[in-house]
Amino acid sequence: MTGTIATPVETELERPAGEDVPADDRPWIVIVWNDPVNLMSYVTLVFQKLFGYSRAKATQLMLQVHEEGKAVVSSGPREKAEHDVARLHAHGLWATLRQD
Amino acid sequence: MFARPPIESTGKGDFRLRLSPAERELLRSLPTQLRALLAEQPDDPALRRLFPPAYERDEEDEREYRRLVGDELAEGRRASLRLLEETAGRDRLSAEELDAWLRALNDLRLVLGTKLDVTEETYATDVHPEDPRAHELSVFAYLSWLQEQLVAAAAEGR
Repeated sequence: MTGTIATPVETELERPAGEDVPADDRPWIVIVWNDPVNLMSYVTLVFQKLFGYSRAKATQLMLQVHEEGKAVVSSGPREKAEHDVARLHAHGLWATLRQD
Repeated sequence: MFARPPIESTGKGDFRLRLSPAERELLRSLPTQLRALLAEQPDDPALRRLFPPAYERDEEDEREYRRLVGDELAEGRRASLRLLEETAGRDRLSAEELDAWLRALNDLRLVLGTKLDVTEETYATDVHPEDPRAHELSVFAYLSWLQEQLVAAAAEGR
């Protein structure tokens, strides 16, 4: 939407020792990242359509993506977050998920 | 002097399209080209924005995500491009067809925008006729304008 593509800068975190760490139930969050191609009006429409957000709420999230480079647009169990990311990808938005 | 919009809601759930023969021809040919690129050169760097990663950190999670939804996402893209190609000559679109047009136009813009390395400044800069990318920049500007009109009509029709 504005500027150059904001490359997500993330440091690789050490995994906790042991593979059988109990799955914790912290929610997964879906993040939409800013990009210079998607139109602001289109992004707002996609948020309304996919998440049932009001025009005001969708616009506020779109502006957060535009101004801050990213915004959390939904959260929940991993399966739901992954499904939301896939629907955003189907609409051409740059979305990722991670555990909060 | 009262330019009519290229698309407007009829108020009855569908949409009226007013496009010139040249515009319709462009909207028929671009999806054909992109579908060919998807089929023949799926690793072309211009396509990378169509398939962004879902997981930033974990390659194994990312591979699993691709395995689960990769084919479905690719088929969805082919289907909306095909629909744009097939309905480019129409005077009316249903709400579902308009939705597919929006996704297809966005995909075309993502690929062209990646190829042209579009930035925010691109929108504010006039296309210089001597620029070797002049044609593609003009097509990108046209698609951006059309998509904006379609979004406005879709938002009005909601």
